Amino acid sequence: MSATEPGLTLDCRGKACPLPIIELGRHLGEVEIGTILGVAADDPAARYDVPAWARMRQQEYVGELTAPDGVPIYLVRRLG
Amino acid sequence: MTNAGSGRATDDYAYLDSASSEPLHPAAREVLLAAIDQGYADPRRLHRPARNARLLLDNARDVVAECLGVRREEVTFTSSGTQAVHLGLLGLAAARERAGRVIVHSAVEHQAVHHAVEWSARFGGRAEVVGVDAVGRVDVGRFIEAATGPEVAVLALQSANHEVGTLQPIAALRSAGLPDDVPLFVDAGASMGRLPLPEGWSALAGSAHKWGGPAGVGILLVRRGTRWVNPFPVDDRADERGVGFENVPAALAAAAALQAVLAERDEVNARQRELIDLVRARVAQIPDVDVVGDPEERLPHLVTFSVLYAAGEALVTELDRIGAGVASGSACTSSSLEPSHVLAAMGALTHGNIRLSLTRNTTRAQVEHLLDALPGVVSSLRAEVGLS
Repeated sequence: MSATEPGLTLDCRGKACPLPIIELGRHLGEVEIGTILGVAADDPAARYDVPAWARMRQQEYVGELTAPDGVPIYLVRRLG
Repeated sequence: MTNAGSGRATDDYAYLDSASSEPLHPAAREVLLAAIDQGYADPRRLHRPARNARLLLDNARDVVAECLGVRREEVTFTSSGTQAVHLGLLGLAAARERAGRVIVHSAVEHQAVHHAVEWSARFGGRAEVVGVDAVGRVDVGRFIEAATGPEVAVLALQSANHEVGTLQPIAALRSAGLPDDVPLFVDAGASMGRLPLPEGWSALAGSAHKWGGPAGVGILLVRRGTRWVNPFPVDDRADERGVGFENVPAALAAAAALQAVLAERDEVNARQRELIDLVRARVAQIPDVDVVGDPEERLPHLVTFSVLYAAGEALVTELDRIGAGVASGSACTSSSLEPSHVLAAMGALTHGNIRLSLTRNTTRAQVEHLLDALPGVVSSLRAEVGLS
């Protein structure tokens, strides 16, 4: 498992803002501290709102991967 | 219906969206009604009604010039603020085609600037976009670096940001070595009438309905001695830069409004600044809210904040229900489904966004009514999605 491999990836394809961020907030507790949580989202606002969410909630924004279908997967590491 | 019987009378409604459009100033209304019967004729003709129209138009130009501290021949009335932006920016660029085609601008300009630059691409125009910091202020060093790059035709920077209120460092750019030989276009739409114009511009644009004049009147200023070429088909009007038949009554009303807001500016700005400080402090107490923009170096009447886990559309709808009209830069409230490019460039939260902008008549009671209701609105929206 690589350093940026998510322990859990939420599928938010087709969900408009703020639903991908709401899903992040709901499911953060399901990964261990130090583990990466991914959110696959095609909503254009997610590119800005995932890092903003991480800043506001004191989590770490790690970056993004691309799923096989081309949808970005935004990665955050649970810090607390 | 839990709200039945508690509906607020229409005149209690707090319109808090002056950054979209300020209600018509009483001084403008009075002048508009008087001029509408006098200013119908073509100001270029030689007969008496035309001479009357010409007199009113010249008077409007004189008043605007005096209010803004510029020469009358530097003032052109356009049919909108957007048109003034297009003419000002692209006219400076058109006069510099031999020097280059690059337009340097900040990432947080008004859409009118972004769209003008995109349009210029069909004639070889290219954008060089300079980023902003977390409060939305352009990076001085990077702006100067871009401005001194190759093939730069024109620079564009707003006086203040229309969405978050942050003032741009135009004076600091000048003293830090912004090149004098490249023209600077300033979009002053958000600040004209509210704050003095910045210095050092070659062309500048404003919009009358943002200060309490009628809609459909833009102001284009082109500094004397600046090379400017009409980028669009020319017309044969009273003013060489003007296009289309002048709306003389509206121009005169816009001038009257500008004169009136300048006379009351110190008092209104101080009152609005204090109310916005209050909003910033109270909203920051709500958990997980991003209060955006510079708290000090800002427009007096405007504040933006974003509420985590809430949809901008739902917030606007709920606040409208309690009698407050606000704007939102969130994607769900835009026609394009794209979030605000201003908030995105700043790294601010783009969903759950509210922009609140005061009119000259906004009272403390209206602001407090909204502030009292907001925490409940936010927690009920969060409770709906299981996050509170």
